[in-house]
Amino acid sequence: MATLRTALRPDPTFYPSPKMAMEAAPEKLAFVTLLNPKQDGQSDALALLDVDPSSPNFGQVVSETRMPFAGDELHHFGWNACSSCLCPYSPHPHMERRYLVVPGLRSSRIHIIDTKPDPRNPKLVKVIEPETVLKRTGYSRPHTSHCGPDGIYINAIGSSNADGPGGIFVMDPDTFEIKGRWEEDRGPQFLAYDFWWHLGHDTMITSEWGTPSMVEDGINPELLVAGKYGHALHVWDLRERRHQQVLDLGPEQQMVLELRPAHDPNKTYGFVGVVTSLKDLSSSIWLWYREGTNGSSSWKIRKVIEIPAEAADPEQLPPLLKGFKAVPPLVTDINLSLDDRFLYVSCWGTGELLQYDVSNPFQPTKAGSVKLGGIVRRQPHSSYPDVALNGGPQMVEISRDGKRVYLTNSLYRTWDEQFYPDGVRGWLAKLDVDPNSGMRLDPKLFVHFESMRPHQVRLEGGDSSSDSFCFS
Amino acid sequence: MTYEHLTSWTTLIILGAFHGINPAMGWLFAVAQGLQEHRRSAVLRALGPLALGHALAIFTAILVAMIAGFTIPVHYLRWLVAAVLVGMGVRCLFRHSHLRWAGMRVGIGQLTLWSFLVASVHGAGVMVLPVFLRMSTAHASGGLTDNVSGMPAAAISATMLHAAAYLLVTAGTALLVFEKLGLGLLRKAWINLDLIWAAALAGTGVATLVM
Repeated sequence: MATLRTALRPDPTFYPSPKMAMEAAPEKLAFVTLLNPKQDGQSDALALLDVDPSSPNFGQVVSETRMPFAGDELHHFGWNACSSCLCPYSPHPHMERRYLVVPGLRSSRIHIIDTKPDPRNPKLVKVIEPETVLKRTGYSRPHTSHCGPDGIYINAIGSSNADGPGGIFVMDPDTFEIKGRWEEDRGPQFLAYDFWWHLGHDTMITSEWGTPSMVEDGINPELLVAGKYGHALHVWDLRERRHQQVLDLGPEQQMVLELRPAHDPNKTYGFVGVVTSLKDLSSSIWLWYREGTNGSSSWKIRKVIEIPAEAADPEQLPPLLKGFKAVPPLVTDINLSLDDRFLYVSCWGTGELLQYDVSNPFQPTKAGSVKLGGIVRRQPHSSYPDVALNGGPQMVEISRDGKRVYLTNSLYRTWDEQFYPDGVRGWLAKLDVDPNSGMRLDPKLFVHFESMRPHQVRLEGGDSSSDSFCFS
Repeated sequence: MTYEHLTSWTTLIILGAFHGINPAMGWLFAVAQGLQEHRRSAVLRALGPLALGHALAIFTAILVAMIAGFTIPVHYLRWLVAAVLVGMGVRCLFRHSHLRWAGMRVGIGQLTLWSFLVASVHGAGVMVLPVFLRMSTAHASGGLTDNVSGMPAAAISATMLHAAAYLLVTAGTALLVFEKLGLGLLRKAWINLDLIWAAALAGTGVATLVM
């Protein structure tokens, strides 16, 4: 995989600061992982979507790269290199943002996909088998992938059996060899889901979902009612690779998922979404922040947004929810614009994307809302008013300039079936953001995937969750 | 001062400046410290540890060569240094050195250690060796082992001279970028010094043999 590095200038998609990254040209291509929900021996795929408004193929899937084996359950993915290559303590600015690291959450197989020789036709160049991942790291079910200053960091939600602990491992960004387990001292951490960092403060944050046995066959109501799913964040010393602090939200807050630290490396706060509260089925957004100066500081966490469940006719609810007579918002993904100003919150249950102005992170104000799909509402897209949509806004990605938002509607195969028993029909929508506040659906970009279900979207050259920065 | 002295000292200064201008060798870290604290004094505070770490890396390489010089005849030592230099140069073309433990929040000691390690793994110290070998052999045609008494002084002065040039260029570049040019410069002007660096490593390796 080592190629002669002949680039004379830094990769033009690397930016020292998030502010500079916002000046990037609009993306023309988007990558989308597609899950094949039918267990028919066919594999998942990585689709390439043309998002260039001046292109005749605008809004169309222009290629699909099939994975070599069935049953991967592609979920999240990331780049081999990004803006963190400009970090002063380990700079290698002449690496290329070129390869996508695409793990299979169910299979534990990791795919390396080359986007360079033919940008419109990405090629699979390396497959790391589940046995290798397990042997080198002791982990299975790889999930999030982030390009760090000193290597590719990947986390996994399970260990050798379907149990925990889940954790983080590091991959060589040149050879894609797995170097090994990241943690020196994991403290009490056992559950895993997402991770990200405050590079300017050598701090990592990790979140909690459940072990593979708790999630792979669907959400387990008994475990949920008992408060057994994840309800805490963990703070780590990124350099020493040691656990520092637990931020417990309380056992009634079930499933603490997507982490969105402020992009500005000088800032010391971030947002995390909680899927549901056992008290009232509400979802919530919590703010973690550091209090005190460097010498005697500690991290705190507090709820800053609460989104209530909506009353519903049990007839319209799936078996799992009938008894509650309400549809929970189910916040499954959130995303933060590169200027740390707008937070987007996906309510996969009620079928709504919410936009909050978080200029003051302690007091977010609601800035916009778009309804699509939903367990009860089935809100159609404005361009196809007769087509009831199922699924709801789930993975949300924001362009670097903050002007466009991309949404997909599938969560996780077995969970899709529990909340949308009629079978999630995959769709991808794009929204245009008003610079002041608010957003609206782009009438021209709406993709229906016939038999596949889309998950994470990554944008050409980087997006609002692909890059980390060392300069503010 | 002999002609050999003059060329050796000039080369040491040029190499110091070359190491200083490389963003990966320290000035960028100094700028980052300044941006974190929003003040110039943080840039200045980083310079001492950076220069000290760099000097230690150079001195260590020379020291290792001196110790090797007790047992290995200078003729073979040259070949060894040349092989290490060319090898590092070629590796530099294909692989990046990734420091695993580093971070953004560093104290004086850690910054010194960082500077020492980054200079060492990039071969900054080894790159200076041919000049040092030349300086030593200029005195005694019999080889290093015949000239042990004068060497520690030469080692210290070579290190100091090189480190002074490094510090001057690092300080100048860091302040210029912090005060005037801004970070946008990184995107355009950060030419791939690794290529030149690789060429410098291999070039000095070859020069070791032909001097």
